[in-house]
Amino acid sequence: MTAITFNGVTKSFAKHPGRLLLRDRIAHLLKPDRKERFFALKNVSFRVEKGEGLAVVGPNGAGKSTLLSLVAGLARPDSGTVSSNGRIAALLELGSGFHPDLTGTENVRVNAALLGLSRKKTNDLFDSIVEFSGIADFINEPLRTYSSGMVMRLAFSVAINSDPDILLIDEVLAVGDQAFQTKCFDKLRQCRREGKSLLCVSHAAGMVQELADHAIWLDHGELMLAGSLRDVVAAYEGSRIDASLRP
Amino acid sequence: MKHQYSFVVSGLVQKDFKIRYRNMSLGMFWSLLNPLVMMGVLTFVWTKIFVNNSIPHFPVFVLCGLVPYNFFTLAWATGTVSIVENAGLIKRVPIPREIIPVTGVLSNCIHLLIQIGLLLALLLAFVGGPNRHWVWLPFIWGMEVIFVCGLSMITAAVNVFVRDTRYVVESANLILMWLVPIFYPFDIIPAAYRDVYQFNALAALVMAMRNILLENRAPASSLLINLTMSSLVMLGVGLLVFRQLSTRFYDHL
Repeated sequence: MTAITFNGVTKSFAKHPGRLLLRDRIAHLLKPDRKERFFALKNVSFRVEKGEGLAVVGPNGAGKSTLLSLVAGLARPDSGTVSSNGRIAALLELGSGFHPDLTGTENVRVNAALLGLSRKKTNDLFDSIVEFSGIADFINEPLRTYSSGMVMRLAFSVAINSDPDILLIDEVLAVGDQAFQTKCFDKLRQCRREGKSLLCVSHAAGMVQELADHAIWLDHGELMLAGSLRDVVAAYEGSRIDASLRP
Repeated sequence: MKHQYSFVVSGLVQKDFKIRYRNMSLGMFWSLLNPLVMMGVLTFVWTKIFVNNSIPHFPVFVLCGLVPYNFFTLAWATGTVSIVENAGLIKRVPIPREIIPVTGVLSNCIHLLIQIGLLLALLLAFVGGPNRHWVWLPFIWGMEVIFVCGLSMITAAVNVFVRDTRYVVESANLILMWLVPIFYPFDIIPAAYRDVYQFNALAALVMAMRNILLENRAPASSLLINLTMSSLVMLGVGLLVFRQLSTRFYDHL
């Protein structure tokens, strides 16, 4: 079964998203100009089979995050189709929905709901979420007293414990200290063994090495290469070395 | 799925509520202070400056108008800015987007309940005991909440594309202070304008409240039908507009 299918997907944004005030809207009505568009993805197709791990590599601005937003259903493609099977947990920006004035406990509960956990599931999983985060001592303190590493730990714990079928991860593995990172990787590997699909994005190819079997390489919205992780990463890194050697 | 929906909404409403009251040293007292001060000022103006003694229990009469007005304006303003202010959620967390403006409206309901408590307490103290028509109160309040949810969905969605919308809403709220029978009774409105007032869900609510609380009678059935119809139509239109526009939120936030 296919977990994620991208079929000829193109996504563009208006280059000047400035026209947000009434004045600009009226001016635009009176004198329409041709909108210049920025293409974040150009005719991209790929599939992720169930239980497969796919890494998306590419430089900044290649369209990696846009791709994840499309999979998560946050944005819609201009053309082409995006489809997915199964419950998705999108770890796009850890702690979206966290609020500094709420305590760790309160934030965990709100975030669990946002990630699609039921009330009962949240209660059942609460202890394991807190335990995984390793900050049980501070869980009843307001979030603003946490260090940024602690916030990330808590956010990652909620997301990873929400038991999704498909995990979307956007550069979020730079979480916490070395010990916690190792813990996160172990947990992600365990998810893979349990047959969960994974789509992760990174501009540092080394990070994804152990989590994915296949990879696609994006550059300026175009699919440069798709194949086994080793081949794609080698080609991508090779191109970067070429670029840096060029005068 | 339905349970999930309510879990998310209740979680977000509790979040808003906790944030709002945790940062106020006087907590819920603020919810009482604003209507009390407004009630005092309006009573002073209309019984001492423009002397008008035809209305008995003027402070309670005014409060019957102020409580729904306060809720309506606050909830509408909160609902309108909700999408833009929660851009982080809209762009990063896949949840049904309608939840956001609905949460914005509902998070003002606790505020509303406190003010209703104040109104009923003053009513019992100065006017008289409850009557059997009080059973209508939850219904007419429910209709107002539905109406504001529908209206907020429209303005919240439009506010993403035209950011001045929130200022238009603020101005409209100021105008409503005068166009809703808050400090004047419905009876003195010239007959030609009365029908229009009935379609203003806020004015209809104030009228129904006074029927029930001060005049000891059930609201006219035509009033209740108009209130119900306008609320449901507003919710339907709100959902349609919101769904249509929400597909492009990501690109404009």
